[in-house]
Amino acid sequence: MRYALLICGDEKGMEARSPEEASATLNEYLAFGEEMGKRGVLQGGERLRPTTDATTVRVRDGEVLTSDGPFAETKEQMGGFYLVDCKDLDEAIDVAAKIPGARDGSIEVRPIWEI
Amino acid sequence: MTGDWDVAEECAQDAFALALERWQRDGIPRNPGAWLTTAARNRAIDRMRRAATGASKLQEVAVLSADHSRDSDQSGVGDDRLRLIFTCCHPALALEAQVALTLRTLVGLTTPEIARAFLVPEPTMSQRLVRAKRKIRNAGIPYRVPPAHLLPERTGAVLAVLYLLFNEGYAASAGADLVRQSLTDEAIRLARTLTELMPDEPEARALLALMLLHDARRAGRVDDAGDLVPLEEQDRSRWDRQTIDEGVELLDAALRRARPGPYQVQAAIAACHATAPDAEATDWAQIAALYGELSRMAPTPVVALNRAVAVAMAEGPEAGLALVDELEGSGALRDYHLLAATRADLLRRLARPAEAAVAYRQALDLAGTEAERRYLARRLAETERA
Repeated sequence: MRYALLICGDEKGMEARSPEEASATLNEYLAFGEEMGKRGVLQGGERLRPTTDATTVRVRDGEVLTSDGPFAETKEQMGGFYLVDCKDLDEAIDVAAKIPGARDGSIEVRPIWEI
Repeated sequence: MTGDWDVAEECAQDAFALALERWQRDGIPRNPGAWLTTAARNRAIDRMRRAATGASKLQEVAVLSADHSRDSDQSGVGDDRLRLIFTCCHPALALEAQVALTLRTLVGLTTPEIARAFLVPEPTMSQRLVRAKRKIRNAGIPYRVPPAHLLPERTGAVLAVLYLLFNEGYAASAGADLVRQSLTDEAIRLARTLTELMPDEPEARALLALMLLHDARRAGRVDDAGDLVPLEEQDRSRWDRQTIDEGVELLDAALRRARPGPYQVQAAIAACHATAPDAEATDWAQIAALYGELSRMAPTPVVALNRAVAVAMAEGPEAGLALVDELEGSGALRDYHLLAATRADLLRRLARPAEAAVAYRQALDLAGTEAERRYLARRLAETERA
């Protein structure tokens, strides 16, 4: 079964990190990617630029409306995601718990709606 | 498993219904778990054939018993039925959904019975079950025994399930009989297995103690006519001393671990009742204090109601009635017959018969079993005579 593991956290806190902390986090993600690659569950994943670089697009009555940033103000923002193929939810939870961001943010495990 | 939750659920229920019927006639087979899984599998095959869903569907009828024997090695859970309960209690489901699903699937309680045990309207419970089943399917929640390292986090839900199961048997919410012995026996048996399985878990041991301390009073609880006898009027010589001793011993062992929890507090309350030589000697101050402790750990309206009763006994009906009024004002338990029955009882003790009669009638309208209704009707008659 395929799942999207959405990495949510406080991006302001991420930005406030020192270069040393940021590089330590990066190394943790690299190690995670290597481990999961070996395990054979990883199908893809990306880090996202912060919501300050985001644009929200909506179409209302045929008109394209664009606005700066995300629509909703929430405490946690999605900062990246992985696409994994796991045996079942238990394995997906196990993988999600190993994502470095799970320790200060949260990982939303969403089953892929296979069409 | 059958690969189709609804079919698997119905087949398991059929198998348990069949088991109750057969075992009463032929006695319990040497390996009841294997019997059940075989029976459930056969039922599944029957059903699939009848439904004529084709060869591909039949192939999905994986062998229940084979699945279980494979998984049992990882977890050390030795009881088939208990393993199935653990499977339903997946932490990705809301705790209430886990409990409801287990009661529906494994114990075969009806949706109205479960709704009553949770004190929610039937459509709410029905929706909750549908949602839980949908999530199991869509999110890929596995049907298997959790590996040993995941067992502890699933214990909370299993304890809740066993407790509700016991309660449903002890004070059956529907039907003519007040106590459905088969349910309480089953709950005790499962709690015993769980205690053996997790000897370091004081709450599991305390739950078993709690059940035994209640069950030991069974013979005194219902009179020869099948009517409910209130605790204070029970013939204590009919209580099962040996079972009480076992319950107290289990509770002591649990308390020695120094990791308090709600089942330990409840077992302590039950022990206060079970060890009092007569009703007058009951240590109500201690019981009221324990309920205070319990309402901090598990602040539910039912606990608040029980605390009100204990306070009424320790400090007088006036103090208890004030707590009942507070509870009624909050709007919780509006359809719970024991709230009205408690109110009625306190008003009767305060010699306010007219108000007591109104509350008894209210309780009568809400009570689910014949025995409870007969008890309330008797009290109502006494109040009206007074």
